[in-house]
Amino acid sequence: MQITDFIVPLIFTAVMICGAVRHVDVFSSFCDGAKGGLRTTADILPALVLLLISVGMLRASGAVELLTGLLEPLCSMVGFPPECMQMVLLRPFSGSGAIAVYDSIAQECGADSLAERTAAILLGSSETTFYTIAVYFSAVKIRRTRYAVPAALTADLTAWIVCGIVVGLFF
Amino acid sequence: MKLILIILPSAAIICGIFTGRLPEVSAAVLEGAGSAVTLAISLCGVMCLWSGLMKVAEECGAVKLISSLLAPVVSLLFRGLKKGGRAVQLISMNLSANILGLGNATTPLGIQAMEAIQQEEPTDDGSASDNMIMLTVLNTASLQVIPATAAALRTACGAERPMDILPCVWIVSAYSLAAAVTSAKLMSRFSRRRER
Repeated sequence: MQITDFIVPLIFTAVMICGAVRHVDVFSSFCDGAKGGLRTTADILPALVLLLISVGMLRASGAVELLTGLLEPLCSMVGFPPECMQMVLLRPFSGSGAIAVYDSIAQECGADSLAERTAAILLGSSETTFYTIAVYFSAVKIRRTRYAVPAALTADLTAWIVCGIVVGLFF
Repeated sequence: MKLILIILPSAAIICGIFTGRLPEVSAAVLEGAGSAVTLAISLCGVMCLWSGLMKVAEECGAVKLISSLLAPVVSLLFRGLKKGGRAVQLISMNLSANILGLGNATTPLGIQAMEAIQQEEPTDDGSASDNMIMLTVLNTASLQVIPATAAALRTACGAERPMDILPCVWIVSAYSLAAAVTSAKLMSRFSRRRER
């Protein structure tokens, strides 16, 4: 038994109770929000098709094995599963791409494998860096982003290194 | 993004030629299209659950609550903005939406916050101010407490305990967040010195 086993039902119940106490129309606002989830899924589907095809092609061609072989020495330094390097490389550019890569890793290495867990942790603890920077700065018509990209990439690099270490410690 | 869509398939074809696996590559094209739909369908349930729950939480005032808790942190990280002004409020709301993982609400709030910062401290030559960069960098580091998408994906692929990655996600997020803030602060100091 772990605390993480309870977390989802706990949040679910807490939100429901909170809604009742605050006199929120829980049913209709849940459905309203869930509709948003449906829309999000529908919105990412076209991109997901495109990227699952691209990532699938890459995997079938053997390019991924080539890449992991090349980066193996670098990864073993921090104990990082080399299969997940494709995640590190694609994650900053595309959210759907990261999902596609995760799916590919999970099918190749199996659920609950070290590589699958690492990929999920990376997915859960980082963002589509370049996309976010582009959206935020173009909204206010900023052309010179100064040190925004290096600072954001420092954070991504840290995530990668820490992820390798932490996964080794926990699993 | 365009570049990725050129690099990935062409790398696949070149590699396929060398490894003689072109038939597999062409099979992967059709398979990929189908499995995208399967994946989206298996993701959909948890996505709905999460956005439904978070909508209820939002209407309970969770964003407001977290925003008010964040206020001191925001004034520490963002220097020179009016206390209690529109920019500070929008920044706190954007960060709270991030923490809750309110995908649809985060970006609009973030863009409004960027505009509010620009109004308070206009930059002349189209270059970003320190506060704008801080907000963007915080948004590129993942603040989300519950990694809903990752958990949904893990459930879809058959992981036994999808949430057992939670402590790791927290640790990694904390470190990358710390790295984001420190590097932004340090780089802001350096770039100011150089421009002087």
